Amino acid sequence: MTEPVIQVEGLYKNYGTVAALRGVSFSVEEGEVFGLLGPNGAGKTTTVEILEGMRTPDSGLARVCGLDPEKSGSQFKEMIGAVLQSTSLPAKIRVKEAIDLFANFYRVHGNTNDLLKRFQLEEKRDAFYSQLSGGQKQRLAIAMALVNNPQVVFLDEPTAGLDPQVRREIYDIIEELKGGKKTVLLTTHYIEEAERLCDRVAIIDYGRVIKIGTPRELKHASAGTTRIEVRLAKPVENGVLGQLDAVANAREFDGTYVLHSTRAPHTIVALVKHLESDSNELQSLEMFSPSLEDVFIELTGRRLRD
Amino acid sequence: MASNVIRNTWILTKIRVRLAMRNRTFLFFSLIMPLGFLFFFVTIFSKGDSAWTAYILGSILTMTVMGSFWGLSVQLVMFREAGILRRFRLAPLGAGPMLASSILSNYILVLPSVAIEILVTKFALHMQGWGNLWAIFLLISIGSATFSAFGLIVASVTNTMQETQVINQVIWTAFLFLSGATVPLARFPHWIQGASLFMPATYLATGLENAATNLATHSEIITDLIALGIGLLVAFEISRRLFRWEPEAKLPGSAKLWVLAVMIPFIAFGVYENVKGDRLALVRQDFQMLNSTSMATPPKSH
Ligand SMILES: Nc1ncnc2c1ncn2[C@@H]1O[C@H](COP(=O)(O)OP(=O)(O)O)[C@@H](O)[C@H]1O
Ligand SMILES: [Mg+2]
Repeated sequence: MTEPVIQVEGLYKNYGTVAALRGVSFSVEEGEVFGLLGPNGAGKTTTVEILEGMRTPDSGLARVCGLDPEKSGSQFKEMIGAVLQSTSLPAKIRVKEAIDLFANFYRVHGNTNDLLKRFQLEEKRDAFYSQLSGGQKQRLAIAMALVNNPQVVFLDEPTAGLDPQVRREIYDIIEELKGGKKTVLLTTHYIEEAERLCDRVAIIDYGRVIKIGTPRELKHASAGTTRIEVRLAKPVENGVLGQLDAVANAREFDGTYVLHSTRAPHTIVALVKHLESDSNELQSLEMFSPSLEDVFIELTGRRLRD
Repeated sequence: MASNVIRNTWILTKIRVRLAMRNRTFLFFSLIMPLGFLFFFVTIFSKGDSAWTAYILGSILTMTVMGSFWGLSVQLVMFREAGILRRFRLAPLGAGPMLASSILSNYILVLPSVAIEILVTKFALHMQGWGNLWAIFLLISIGSATFSAFGLIVASVTNTMQETQVINQVIWTAFLFLSGATVPLARFPHWIQGASLFMPATYLATGLENAATNLATHSEIITDLIALGIGLLVAFEISRRLFRWEPEAKLPGSAKLWVLAVMIPFIAFGVYENVKGDRLALVRQDFQMLNSTSMATPPKSH
C-alpha cells in the first residue's frame, strides 16, 4: 500500500463561535476522484482550503503528498492546482494573458495554446475576463488550475450556479482529468455530480463526515429503498404515513411527503387506500430510484438542497 | 530563490502596466490632469518668466510623482476585496513580488508622464534651460518608489476600499498643500514651514523644484534622496509584514500603530532640519531670488 495522497485527520476549525469543522477525517489515494458532498455551510470549503494551505486549522492533521500545506511553501504550491469557490480576476485581463501569467509563475508549466484548445477557449483568447460567461469563466479557472500540470487538483464547487447544460460540459472536463491519473478532490452539493464523477464520496454535514464510500456502496447502504414523493390535497397527521406497508421512514419537507419504501408497489396501494378512507386526495406522486440524496436524508433527516 | 522573486516581480509588473494602460481613469489622473495643471499654472503665474516656469514644472513633477501614492498600491485593496489576490496566493509567489510590482509598475508608468511634462514645458512653454536633469531623474525614481510604498502602507492598514479612499484623501491633501508642491513653501507662516519639514512630500517638492530651477546644491539633493530612500525601505518592509491576501483577514487596530514607524525617519529629519538644517533658509532664499529675477530681467522671448 502506498501512502494516501491526501490525508486528513481530526480537523477542527472555529470561526468565532461558529464551529465549521468538528473532527473531519478522510484520505484520498493516488489517482482517485474524491468528492466532499454536503449542503451549504457543511464545511467543504474550509476543509479544502486547509488542504490548499489557505487556512489554518485549530487542530488536526492535513497532509498533501506527505507535505504540510501551510509550511511547505513553493515546493507544495508547484504540486497542486485549484479552483477556488470565491475568487476573481482583474476585469480587463485577457483570457490568454491570464493563462500565460499564471503559467509563468511555475517552474514546470503547460502550453497556453494547448490549454486554450482543450478548454474550448480559443475563440475567447483575446476577450477580457469581464466579458466571459459563467461557464467560460469556470473553464478558464480550471485551465488555470492545470497550468502547472499538478499532481493534485482541488475543485471547490466547480459547477455551482451554472445552468445544467454548462454543468455537463464541466463534467466532461473533469472526467477527462480522471483519465490523466491526477488525484482530484471535488466538493459539491449536487448529487448528480458526486454520483457521476467521484470514485468515492464523503458525505459531510455540520462539520463532520457522516459517511464515506463509493457512490454504489453508499446507495446500497440505504437498503435498496425507493423514494416516493407525494403532494396531498390535505395535510396528514405526522407519523401516519410512516405506518404504511413497507415504509422505512416518512418525512415532510415544505408540504411534500417523502417516503422511503422497500417495496414501492405495496406502499402505493396502501397509500391510496389510506387517502380514500381519509377523504384526502393525491395531487402528485413521483418515484425515484435510490440516490445519494436518500442516503443524506436518512442520515441527517434533511434534504441536501434546501 | 532571489532570482524567482525578481522574475515574478517582473512578470507581475508587465501585466499590471498593461492593465493600467487599459484603465482610462488611471490615464486621466496620471497624464491628462498634470498636463492641464501645468498649462494652467504657467499661464496664470509665470507670465513668461522662464525661472518661474521651471519652478512650476518642479511642482507639477512633484504632483505626478506623488500620484504613485494613489496608483497601483490602492489597486491591491481592490484586488484583495474582489478575491483576486487569493487566486495569486495559490501560485508559488510571495507577498514581496506583489508589493514590489506595485512600486515598479508605478515607476514605469510615471516615466513617460514626466518626460512629456518636461518636453512640453521646454518646447511649448518655452522654459530656457533643462534644469538639473540628473537630479530630476534621481528624485523622480526614488520619489515614485517612496510614494508607492506609502500607498502600500495605507493599503496594508485599511480594511476596506472606502477606508483606503478616506485615509488617502486626507494624507494626499496634506502632501499636496503643505509641501510646497502647490503653494510655494516660502509663502507660508514660518511655523507651517517648520512643520512641513516632518513631511516626506516636502523633501520631494523642494528637491524637484530646486532641480528644475537648477538652484539645488549637491548636498540638498543628496539629503532629499536619503530622506526619501529611508522612507521607502521602512515603508516597504512594514507593508510586507502587514500584507494580507484574504478579504476576511482584518487587521487588528493595534497593528495600525506600525504606520507610525514610517514616520520615525521623517520625525528625525524634521527635528534635524528645524534645529540645525538650512533647508528652510535656502527655500526662502531661492524664492526671493526667483521673485527678484522676475523683476529684474524681463521675460525673454524665443
Ligand atoms: N471566513 C469565515 N468567517 C466566518 N465564518 C466562516 C468563514 N468561512 C466559513 N464560515 C462559516 O463556516 C461554516 C462552513 O463554511 P464553508 O466551509 O464555507 O462550508 P461549505 O463550503 O460547505 O459551504 C459556515 O457556517 C460558514 O458560514
Ligand atoms: Mg463552499
